[in-house]
Amino acid sequence: MGPIMSEKPVIDIALKTPKGDWRDPRVDFRKGTFSYASLPKDLSALGLPNPRKWQPTDLDWQLPPDWKRILLDGMKERLEKYRSFRLFMDVCVRCGACADKCHFYLGSGDPKNMPFARAELVRSIYRRYFTLSGKLFGSLAGGRELTEDVVKEWFYYFYQCTECRRCSVYCPFGIDTAEITMIVRELLSLIGVSTHWIMEPAAKSFQVGNHLGIPPHAFKDSLEFAADELRDITGLDIEIPINRKGAEILFVMPSADYFATPHYYTLLGYMMLFHEIGLDFTVSAYASEGGNFGSFHSNDLMKSLNAKIYDEARRLGVKWILGGECGHMWRVLHQYMDTMNGPADFLEMPVSPITGTRFENAASTRMVHICEFTADLIHHDKLKLDPSRNDPYVVTYHDSCNPSRGMGLLEEPRYVLKNACNNFHEMPASTIREYTFCCGSGAGLGNDENMEMRLRGGFPRANAVRHVREEHGVNLLTCICAIDKATLPTLMDYWVPGVQVAGVHEMLGNALVMTGEKERTVNLRGEPLAKGAADA
Amino acid sequence: MNALAAAAAVLVLMLVGAFAGAVPGGAAAVTVVIPYAAFLTLVIGVAWRVSQWAGTPVPYRIPTTCGQQRSLPWIATAPVDNPDTGLMAAVRVAIEALAFRSLLRNSRAHVSGNRLEFSEARLLWLAALALHWSLLVIVLRHLRFALQPVPFFVPLLETFDGILQIGAPALLITDILVVAALLFLLGRRLVNPLLRYLSLFTDYFALLLLLGIALSGITMRYGARVDIVSVKALVLGLASFRPAVPAAPSPVFLVHLLLVSALAVYLPFSKLMHFGAVFLSPTRNLANNSRRVRHVNPWNHPVPTHTYAEWEAENADVMRAAGLPLDGADHV
Repeated sequence: MGPIMSEKPVIDIALKTPKGDWRDPRVDFRKGTFSYASLPKDLSALGLPNPRKWQPTDLDWQLPPDWKRILLDGMKERLEKYRSFRLFMDVCVRCGACADKCHFYLGSGDPKNMPFARAELVRSIYRRYFTLSGKLFGSLAGGRELTEDVVKEWFYYFYQCTECRRCSVYCPFGIDTAEITMIVRELLSLIGVSTHWIMEPAAKSFQVGNHLGIPPHAFKDSLEFAADELRDITGLDIEIPINRKGAEILFVMPSADYFATPHYYTLLGYMMLFHEIGLDFTVSAYASEGGNFGSFHSNDLMKSLNAKIYDEARRLGVKWILGGECGHMWRVLHQYMDTMNGPADFLEMPVSPITGTRFENAASTRMVHICEFTADLIHHDKLKLDPSRNDPYVVTYHDSCNPSRGMGLLEEPRYVLKNACNNFHEMPASTIREYTFCCGSGAGLGNDENMEMRLRGGFPRANAVRHVREEHGVNLLTCICAIDKATLPTLMDYWVPGVQVAGVHEMLGNALVMTGEKERTVNLRGEPLAKGAADA
Repeated sequence: MNALAAAAAVLVLMLVGAFAGAVPGGAAAVTVVIPYAAFLTLVIGVAWRVSQWAGTPVPYRIPTTCGQQRSLPWIATAPVDNPDTGLMAAVRVAIEALAFRSLLRNSRAHVSGNRLEFSEARLLWLAALALHWSLLVIVLRHLRFALQPVPFFVPLLETFDGILQIGAPALLITDILVVAALLFLLGRRLVNPLLRYLSLFTDYFALLLLLGIALSGITMRYGARVDIVSVKALVLGLASFRPAVPAAPSPVFLVHLLLVSALAVYLPFSKLMHFGAVFLSPTRNLANNSRRVRHVNPWNHPVPTHTYAEWEAENADVMRAAGLPLDGADHV
């Protein structure tokens, strides 16, 4: 759960007429709207440049003496390595279709949060140093000098983008700010400019195996705790194998699933499901993190952290990999993993051992999303579900950005939900599926010091939830993303009090009628199953 | 400021064109030398830009998926907005290029009293469509001047374009559309505060240049008529590399030709290259099949990892105590 705010800040949402000259890079690092700087220990642990103690509010950021050359060389290198970057620098016509599509613009009213303005912060440097017209005509051609103030501005605005890709849906050329943000963050990392809330989990993920730095024995403890809890709820002995060689399937989940609430109830749901169908699986204490905070920092760190999954699958000798509920984890697994760390030729074509379904869509990566897996089970009538156990909940579903716009996983979770719950209502069409609004805390921005900006960025999502709460009495917001589960409760508490947050497999776990279970009296949260209980 | 600078630039070009005929050698420059140079710049410039884009690697398969993926056979997919084959990705690009699919999604957000509402906003799509299709028809109509015999579709296009049958010469629909669309796009840039905040010189210059071209062309058709025969002789001469400077070219024609030359020179170095981007954009032209078919990154380089063996060595004691299996059982 997010922190309980002792005094609720008053946030007014207003889209005012932009003032000032966009070319002025100076930023006011106002408390509540930015993330703290990374610590030297984490950068050193990852072998990254320029580790030092600093904060964004410092006048002197202690950049390396040749920071400008490093940035410009870095830009040149990436212009040659990524067609996306070069194309997106070249072709924007500033038609403005993206302007009011960004949740940070809608929530903050800051014109530099309009996607085409955010990109222009880099484009202006690109023009000045890499195009003929910019070199000749400078400002008239839309160029700007690269100064330390620009570095600070980049830090502020590219850590005020959650890489959600909503702007890219509306752009006539498919310009994707997420791509630009990823590259600018990578550039900033070359001079040691990054944030604590990303680098600490990344360093722990690298060294220990997961974002929270949970060592193998504690990992085992928390899974055993879950098994105990499941015994209380279901009366069944549920085994959770760890590092078991020869299992058919390696199950990888975001670490929050076994160490945070409400994620934890989703973990219970997975484990009930695996037990009920008798799945031959294992989890891994080495690859105990599905999430990838490296992806919020740089290509190389993303690849390095992701490598553990295939390496572990190879070591354990599993046939294929199943992945839990997580947004950016699935962006990496779906669009990057096979390219970065494949080919996965040591694995086999994923086949559901229960239904025999061949997951042809994962024929190369050999990794299947848990919602695909479960939807297939339900479709083949392999699960006995009692949706009335979820009757206290009036449910809506938040499409997490990455599975919707970087994958297209839209129907599978809905199919599971509609079979596991009786009361389901969609939010307005302009705010779901490919048009979904971000939680406002993704891509490493979900820290407490950034709270005001998170609440602002999450406002469009909350606004849509408020709509269905008023219309249908919705009291539960479901999702398939660990960052959502960590940050939406805070967002709901602020904008739409009375709405809880849950994973799709928590709903499944509640509804799942298990062989030999005792009479279920409470749901996975320990709340009585009687109707109306969740509203209390 | 940017708008004024752009207007001044176009005005200067127009004045140069208007008075070129009065200066010795001016007519020759505007009708022969500059058009050749401009055409050459256009061809080389566009080829250079497109080859630069096409030659830059696409390390990852990153389509923006705008609909249901293909996963389980019984789930209906969105084959165009989330294509899973190269063919369907090509269809997606074609619809993007021909009908501006993404722009059609446009909406407008309104905020009042901490509430957010959305309304449809399709005017931008309509104006963009009118502008680009009209430009295409207008360019094709101009083939009348450059080709002999005139291709069959040119008179056909003119017939349809003039189907309103108003006035003589017949009023062409595309002439109205192109001017209306340009004025709309210019107007929203000046009126919409979000766009005014970040409209560059180039944004106004491109619109004003096109407007200048359209208006000078329209003037020649409906107002200060020019000698079509000599214009055709000039263009045919240029096309066959036997250019002949016309005897007394009309100032309006010189303005028109100079602005078109300016456009040709400007295009490869400006945002007007966006027409090429639709086809090369990796968020649009790739199939969403990255789990089914392996995508190869040509520069994929090795990175340091924390291997299982290293990790187990660091954790062997606690793992043994917790009863977790160890690979290297001999760890001390």
